[in-house]
Amino acid sequence: MSTNTMAPSSRGVALLGRALTAPTVGSLVVLLVFCAIFSLSTHTFLAAENLSLVIQQSVIVGTLAIGQTMIILTAGIDLANGSIAVLGTIVAGRLVDQGHNSALCLLLAILLCTCVGLVAGTLVSRLMLPPFIVTLGLLGIVTAATRLIAQGGSFPVTDDLLGWTGNSWIVGGTGITFGMIIMFLLYAFVWYVLTQTAWGRHVYAIGNNRTAARLVGIPVENRLLSVYTFAAFLYGIGAWLALGRIPNADPNALQSANLDSITAVVIGGTSLFGGRGSIWGTLVGTLIVSVLRNGLTLSGIDPLWQDLVTGVLVISAVAVDQISRGKQR
Amino acid sequence: MKPGVENTNVPAQGEIVLEARNIVKRYGHVTALDGANLELRAGEVLAIIGDNGAGKSTLIKVLCGAVTPDEGEVLLDGVPVHFHSPLDPRKRGIETVYQDLAVAPALDIATNLFLGREVRCRGVLGSWFRLLDKRRMKREAQKEMEELKFRLPSIDSAVEDLSGGQRQGVAVARSAIFARRLVIMDEPTAALGVRESGEVLNLIRTIRDRGLPVILISHNMPHVFELADRIHIMRLGRRVALTTPQRHSMSEVVAIMTGAAPGDEQSPRS
Repeated sequence: MSTNTMAPSSRGVALLGRALTAPTVGSLVVLLVFCAIFSLSTHTFLAAENLSLVIQQSVIVGTLAIGQTMIILTAGIDLANGSIAVLGTIVAGRLVDQGHNSALCLLLAILLCTCVGLVAGTLVSRLMLPPFIVTLGLLGIVTAATRLIAQGGSFPVTDDLLGWTGNSWIVGGTGITFGMIIMFLLYAFVWYVLTQTAWGRHVYAIGNNRTAARLVGIPVENRLLSVYTFAAFLYGIGAWLALGRIPNADPNALQSANLDSITAVVIGGTSLFGGRGSIWGTLVGTLIVSVLRNGLTLSGIDPLWQDLVTGVLVISAVAVDQISRGKQR
Repeated sequence: MKPGVENTNVPAQGEIVLEARNIVKRYGHVTALDGANLELRAGEVLAIIGDNGAGKSTLIKVLCGAVTPDEGEVLLDGVPVHFHSPLDPRKRGIETVYQDLAVAPALDIATNLFLGREVRCRGVLGSWFRLLDKRRMKREAQKEMEELKFRLPSIDSAVEDLSGGQRQGVAVARSAIFARRLVIMDEPTAALGVRESGEVLNLIRTIRDRGLPVILISHNMPHVFELADRIHIMRLGRRVALTTPQRHSMSEVVAIMTGAAPGDEQSPRS
């Protein structure tokens, strides 16, 4: 250990070693293995049309999981993300029904979602309440508020702008929806802020060792506030994507999206203890779940198996995280 | 200057960098600091020792801005300063190293060294796109570690892959890189084993030799005697003696610290 090993070759070896043991690579291997299995076991899986469907089906949870990743990186958790997105769909839909300008309605809905995040962030950062409790409470409050606004049932949303994300671009006979593109752009943007800016490093540092983050002068409260607010802004975008997928505002939709997004984050190799993980891992995690559901359906296997296999994956992913952390001690 | 201080062969002949005069701090009925004085001179390692409750941690908290004193003043380069938060001393070039390793274990060494003080790219990339200049930070981190003669496997290693001594070395190096006036080290070796402590002590010596004065708080007498130029002994909320490892032996120092032997400074209030 005391030898000076700053030579480029050994650094290369070290980097390679890190890359191979990085959780994201493990998730990517799992994704490729599933894709290979379903390509061999079904005739339809590998069709471009089907792959497009797989991604379309993952767009909403995939977008919610971006915010979830940032929050989990700060050693928090968000149980309210699905409910915030549903609030966005209902508010946007109701406002449009009242005949307002649709762009304005969309902006207001996204703004409202962002404000819910501001509340969550304030409670977590200023009052130091546990994120689990704050978002559990908000889940109840936001769900109830949404149902009050919706006045009972679901209603169709036929506005062009609100449904725009469901439109697609036909490339070689395959539809690429604008929603998919938006999701990928959001991933790229969040990758940038998490890895290429000081803000992102602070997010990791806060999740890693909050005391140290404070001691080195990171404004921990402001960072947490911005994480929860930004995450909720993304949930607002998620609401838009949801309206593009299904042109219907349903107060009872996305009820399991909070847990599904946590599943995606965890399968993607991000540690629930905070401070470690990557946004690409979350994208891979989202796709793993989507591929699994799609592939098992195509194989004609009872849908109950989908949940079972997903559960096994979640536990395995956390077990791998724990064991690799244990090894470093 | 108090009697007994002048006639020592004190090696620190430098200017006074940091001075505390007659600091009083009370917590309810408890007087934690009762007219404490302190002076740190350029180019020295000043060790502060004292039994539990002697007031050394309160004094340090005053110096690093965590506690505001009831009376007395702190002077930096002869100018009175008022520290209201831990960020104030940092703005004036005073860095503190804490005993519990203040590092983010999953992040790499270069990231840890620049944590909270990241360097952005020049121009539009930095100002508009907030892009970090990772290459420059890495290069500077590497250069600093080499200048401090602190050996690490690689600047890209995660801090959690390092030994305890190397981890604390990262925290100490960070303070050395950013401190312009002085470094305060609060029990930097308390959590470390013998060999690991040695690495950190060497690092502190290098920092001193590069010209940064160091205040070292320690319970570990051999470390104090190995490293300190002067020893500041606290008892009952004030300095009772200022000596050197040459002038007093370890057992004499312990006797003064515990009150078994008299110090050479009078209480300012008696």
